[in-house]
Amino acid sequence: MVEFLHQFASGLALGGVYAITALALVMIYQATHLVNFAQGEMAMFSTYFAWKLIDSGTPYWLAFVATVLVSFVAGLLIQRFIVRPFARAPILASVIVFIGLAFIFNAMAGWLYGYTIQSFDSPFPGRPWFGNVYMSAHESGAVLVTFAVLALVYGFFRFTPLGLAMRASAQNPVSSRLVGIRVGWMLAIGWGLAAAIGSVAGMMAAPIVYLDPNMMSGILLYSFAGAVLGGIDNPWGAVLGGFVVGVLENLVGAYLVGAEVKLSVALVIIVGVLVVRPSGLFGRRIVARV
Amino acid sequence: MTAPILEARALEAFYGAVQVVFGVDFLVEDGGVTTLLGANGAGKTTILRAISAMIRRAGRIDFRGAPMAARATEDVARLGVAHVPDGRGTFTDLTVEENLRLGAYIRKDRNAVKADFERVFAYFPRLAERRRQQAGTLSGGEQQMLAIARALLLRPSLLLLDEPSFGLAPLIVADIFKILRAINQTDRVSLLIVEQNANLALDLADRAYLIETGRVVIGGPAATIRNDDSVRRAYLGY
Repeated sequence: MVEFLHQFASGLALGGVYAITALALVMIYQATHLVNFAQGEMAMFSTYFAWKLIDSGTPYWLAFVATVLVSFVAGLLIQRFIVRPFARAPILASVIVFIGLAFIFNAMAGWLYGYTIQSFDSPFPGRPWFGNVYMSAHESGAVLVTFAVLALVYGFFRFTPLGLAMRASAQNPVSSRLVGIRVGWMLAIGWGLAAAIGSVAGMMAAPIVYLDPNMMSGILLYSFAGAVLGGIDNPWGAVLGGFVVGVLENLVGAYLVGAEVKLSVALVIIVGVLVVRPSGLFGRRIVARV
Repeated sequence: MTAPILEARALEAFYGAVQVVFGVDFLVEDGGVTTLLGANGAGKTTILRAISAMIRRAGRIDFRGAPMAARATEDVARLGVAHVPDGRGTFTDLTVEENLRLGAYIRKDRNAVKADFERVFAYFPRLAERRRQQAGTLSGGEQQMLAIARALLLRPSLLLLDEPSFGLAPLIVADIFKILRAINQTDRVSLLIVEQNANLALDLADRAYLIETGRVVIGGPAATIRNDDSVRRAYLGY
């Protein structure tokens, strides 16, 4: 039983990482109806940036904040200069751009920082908190950070005029322009936010999965599974889906199939959901009239 | 006499490569009401879209006596030209209040916005009752009211209205036109109204233009148009 709870709890920690990565995917999906396949590699690159800062003596939380801000700006610039020119292109062209971006970031990280696996320190103290025997300190901390990110994102979209304008732009760009919203910039800010959120996911994941250029490939797959499970057009469904996938992955890995093939759990979830309920648990079913 | 708030000269408009409007001239007096009449597919909606820079246009549009430099829809809105689009353009997943807040998105004068909220709620008490409701659940008439209210919150000097009577019950239409008159006379907002209901529009307008297949057939003071025999027979039905 203790073992089960332990597996469950550490599933929650990685699930939090999946949840915020899934949230980043959904944010871009809602605005453009495209899945950013480079989301994971962008987060990985941000994590290297943080690692470099910490390595050169920057205090952890300062490096954390700097990484989030730099990632925001980088995401914004990527949208303005690389993604935007393809806004009117066929979907497939955008998909290729995203995949290309993923390869570019992956190769750049390998080239700049090498392919050796690096350890990435956790900012949280070594001893488990509050006598919590089921989670390591980092796992508890990661869950807390996850909830903080979710609360901030919720507050931003729910209570600020900019958040409202971004929701409006995603929903009805034509009407948004008519009230004077600069929809193009809203998209860019969305990319910036997604990149910033992704960088947090990377920094929370790195102490668990270690830092290397391929650290996010599995995570992106699980996050995508989470997003599909919860409904790719529903941010809160995607977040919940991320947590569920994290827990399932750990339990199935520990009790059913073993750690080596547990990545296939994500694929089973994706295929299963798409077959049984394509709109996800909380997604909206779109019925098109032909 | 002050310059017209909007004057189009040899205005052309295109959907992609297809030309839909072929050199139309019309004007909206400052503080006046102009209506564009005509059958389905005549190009009336297209003209409004051209003014709001939603589609490619050629020719000349003067705003307050100077060529309208704005080349993007959001910049036209920021000039103070509000557009109530056909289909009403409701943000269906947002609440009524959020829809209205978006109308005032570009304004920084918070106190005046607050006062304008009260003003549009006075015009449309139904919206006040339903301010927390999801806008997509409103009836057609309520969504039309919401679209007009949203446009008013921009505090426009010119309001473009695309078929405000479309699909609504006669009582609601009469109500909306009464409010449009008030908006014009009390709030000094100039109006450019596209309508199929010619009687209604001519009642409110001081200038009218009849559009047919992308061209102005006849235009001038609304009273003249109303009394023109061919217009009356073809479009007013008496």
